Amino acid sequence: MSMNAKGRPTKPETSNISPQFGSALLQEEGLLHEVGHCDKTGVDMEKLSGRKSRLGDLERSEATGLVGLSEPEALRHYVRLSGRNYAIDLGLYPLGSCTMKHNPRLNEKLARIPGFADIHPLQPTSTVQGALQLMEELSHWLLEITGMQTVALSPKAGAHGEMCGMLSIREAILARGELEQRRRVLVPQSAHGTNPATAAACGFEIDEIPANAEGRVDWDVFCSRLGPDVAAIMLTNPNTCGLFEPDIRKIADLIHEHGGYFYCDGANLNAIMGKCRVNDLGVDAMHINLHKTFSTPHGGGGPGAGPTVLSSRLADFAPVPFVKTDKTGKLQLVEQLNDAPDSFGRMCAFHGQMGMFVRALAYMMSHGGDGLRQVSEDAVLNANYLLARIKNHLSPAFSGTCMHEALFDDEFLKGSGVTTLDFAKALIDEGYHPMTMYFPLVVHGALLIEPTETESLQSLDAFADTLCELANAAKSGDQERFTQAPVKAPLRRLDETRAARHPVLRFQENLQNT
Amino acid sequence: MRYLPLLDEDRAHMLKTIGVDSVDDLFTDIPKCARLENGLDKLPEHASEPCVEQHFSELAAKNINAGSVPFFCGAGAYRHHIPASVDHLIQRSEFLTAYTPYQPEIAQGTLQTLFEFQTQVAQITGMGIANASMYDGSTACAEAVLMAARITRRSKCILAPNLHPHYAQTTRTLTHTLGIGIEQAATAIGADTDVMQQIDDETACIVVQSPNVFGEVIDLRALADAAHAKGALLIAVNTEIVSLGLLKSPGEMGADIVAAEGQSIGNSLNFGGPYVGLLACRDDKKFIRQAPGRFAGQTLDAAGKRGFVLTLSTREQHIRREKATSNICTNSGLCTLAFTIHMALLGDVGFRHLAKLNHQKACDLADQLSAIDKVELLTPMFFNEFTLRLPKSAHEVVENLAKRGILAGVPASRLFGEGIMDDLLIVAATETNSDIQLSQFATALAEELS
Repeated sequence: MSMNAKGRPTKPETSNISPQFGSALLQEEGLLHEVGHCDKTGVDMEKLSGRKSRLGDLERSEATGLVGLSEPEALRHYVRLSGRNYAIDLGLYPLGSCTMKHNPRLNEKLARIPGFADIHPLQPTSTVQGALQLMEELSHWLLEITGMQTVALSPKAGAHGEMCGMLSIREAILARGELEQRRRVLVPQSAHGTNPATAAACGFEIDEIPANAEGRVDWDVFCSRLGPDVAAIMLTNPNTCGLFEPDIRKIADLIHEHGGYFYCDGANLNAIMGKCRVNDLGVDAMHINLHKTFSTPHGGGGPGAGPTVLSSRLADFAPVPFVKTDKTGKLQLVEQLNDAPDSFGRMCAFHGQMGMFVRALAYMMSHGGDGLRQVSEDAVLNANYLLARIKNHLSPAFSGTCMHEALFDDEFLKGSGVTTLDFAKALIDEGYHPMTMYFPLVVHGALLIEPTETESLQSLDAFADTLCELANAAKSGDQERFTQAPVKAPLRRLDETRAARHPVLRFQENLQNT
Repeated sequence: MRYLPLLDEDRAHMLKTIGVDSVDDLFTDIPKCARLENGLDKLPEHASEPCVEQHFSELAAKNINAGSVPFFCGAGAYRHHIPASVDHLIQRSEFLTAYTPYQPEIAQGTLQTLFEFQTQVAQITGMGIANASMYDGSTACAEAVLMAARITRRSKCILAPNLHPHYAQTTRTLTHTLGIGIEQAATAIGADTDVMQQIDDETACIVVQSPNVFGEVIDLRALADAAHAKGALLIAVNTEIVSLGLLKSPGEMGADIVAAEGQSIGNSLNFGGPYVGLLACRDDKKFIRQAPGRFAGQTLDAAGKRGFVLTLSTREQHIRREKATSNICTNSGLCTLAFTIHMALLGDVGFRHLAKLNHQKACDLADQLSAIDKVELLTPMFFNEFTLRLPKSAHEVVENLAKRGILAGVPASRLFGEGIMDDLLIVAATETNSDIQLSQFATALAEELS
């Protein structure tokens, strides 16, 4: 095998990409464009009549280059690929701030009822009254949970919901005639990357607020940054250190006093349902990740849904469309901007992620008000139990208890030659997905662990035992176990630098062996 | 409670290990004034699986689903047949319940399918590369405009008059905060090529949809040349991706960026979402650096085996924060998988056959409908969707036909508001329409108008 100067191979071992080779239950599988054929298809259709097209010289003259598979080949190809994924159904998924909880299959079943899955967004509203009622019911639950005034359902994911909240804030400031003046958005250092990216996309300047030694917003710095040019603060609560901001009410009051608004990132709503309502904390806008808190699945990176709740201060500025009841008691959609003069606009085509609305409402009804509170209590209990079990072996970033996730730094690895990355990759060999790493940025070599409420005591104990054993192995000098990890996964560590330096972003015959 | 594994005795044991007396001791940071002592007592209590199922069945029964009637709605969302194996495969736990593939060693299933997806999208659009998806076509369109503005360092954007109004509004909402000036002439069938006159030296891009919202197929070649002559980019929008099985690709006609809705392949109507946004562009470093969203890229592992990773992430929010090219994080993962599997089942042969069949059905329907007295076909060059002028309000006709059990299309007034084009009806036909349904529609429309 040829190697580069860093000892990394420069060519793939060709035998490894052949579908003929594999072991036991983990078969090797080539790319679609290697296993498929341009003349194959797995779909039978009605015959063509031979009618001439109306398209003249705009008709395609070349083949597409697509390859096809028969149905048995397609099943085998994608089932084999599926075997190369970790999943919540396979094991604990301790990704902090991602809330990887169980996905109830009832919700999948309900989302596929033709009355929801097979209706068109623009068919007459008289033929989709059940769908509009579902949106109303979902809104009712979200507003009860948060205590807020209204909810915009259309945002398609968390970051899109952030945009919805910040555009509502921008519109409110514009209505007050202060847009020229209020340019600055305060964003704590511990925020998700989407927060500063969203504020910037809405045309604001970012002013970063450091965390104090206890992982909370530094109160003095916060006060010093307030002024007539501040538009808003974007705060995650509980924050990404897994801590509730005890000063949150004071922060809200002060930002309001200075004429700004309070955006709360709802990524960590799972910790506080039924324990407090964000409206009582002084929040003006918050997106809710239905794919986290309400378990509409993550699906390998989406689709999500980011309904955004708004306070009475912002409710008028909500985007179109929204549901309203007409004089005859029928539900209607307000879709035209002319019919919603204060609205800041439209965020996407149609009405939002209906498929996720069905799943989220089913999740909420299954749990009920009592169960949602239990969800948050168990999520926090599980995180604290795990923290208690491992705190003497790893190094917690802060003393005391946490909310639904626990943050550690890499102090416990000091002198071992093992990095946070190595430690996380070693978890793979033990059968676990790594925790969130190097985030939040407020502690060195961060490891952020969120077990969620759907883990049993036995599962938590097994995970805690594994973490303690790994920590002890690192401290006792078994460096290679970590720096070489993973060795039991379908692949060893991947060369990300190579991928970025010489991007190969699609299949091309001549690039497969370079 | 069926989703919560802890027993009360487990909870007691855990509290003891933590060293607190009650679970409320873990919530003491919540200000006293904000604590909910009685929880969410205004919401109903937890419900059994059959109870929940019953409620949802009742709600669903109040909707008329497309498959139960002759159905002709399009305007950005299309009903196509999805092979049974697609839905089976995307429900495999390993795909359905996986997270974003940030740990490539144990996410090759997702990463390889994303790489296959990117390849398929690049192939059908005729573009060099494609990203790993956006939320939907409309947000892809807005992101494409921002991308074009960064590439050209210009801030004027011209939207073709017949760009889907939801796309135009979304683009305006998501770009005006960054100083993008949007220009768009009033909608008018046949007017899309007029944008050529608006292009000047400050123009970052023109955005042209083909087939457009009325179903008209647009020749993009002269538009591309006109844009390029002024240093501007052509963004081609497509809301019915099946059309690319029969039409010259936007890439072949000179587009620089393609923003499209991929729902037609692998994804149900779902009342408007979740769908899958496609974003493809020229294979040019300048373009790739300014592209939004995720890319899966090929690389090697430490043992020299080929593998895939999320790459070029220095453009993205989790690395770049406020300097990111977009704030997008979660995109349309599982919808891209459905797209990829459906497209793999179709292959070139099936995809092109599907497109021809759609065109043929629509031609047959257009012939039958335009033969009705006082019904005029306004868009002679179409793929699977066309616009008719009716002798009365299209909204009224659609409502009346719905009562007779036919979903007859989308009145233009639903998209543009009442008052300007009340007599226009946008009608789509796909391979899911039987020949009998076509004639049922024609008969019913003739009766309604007589």
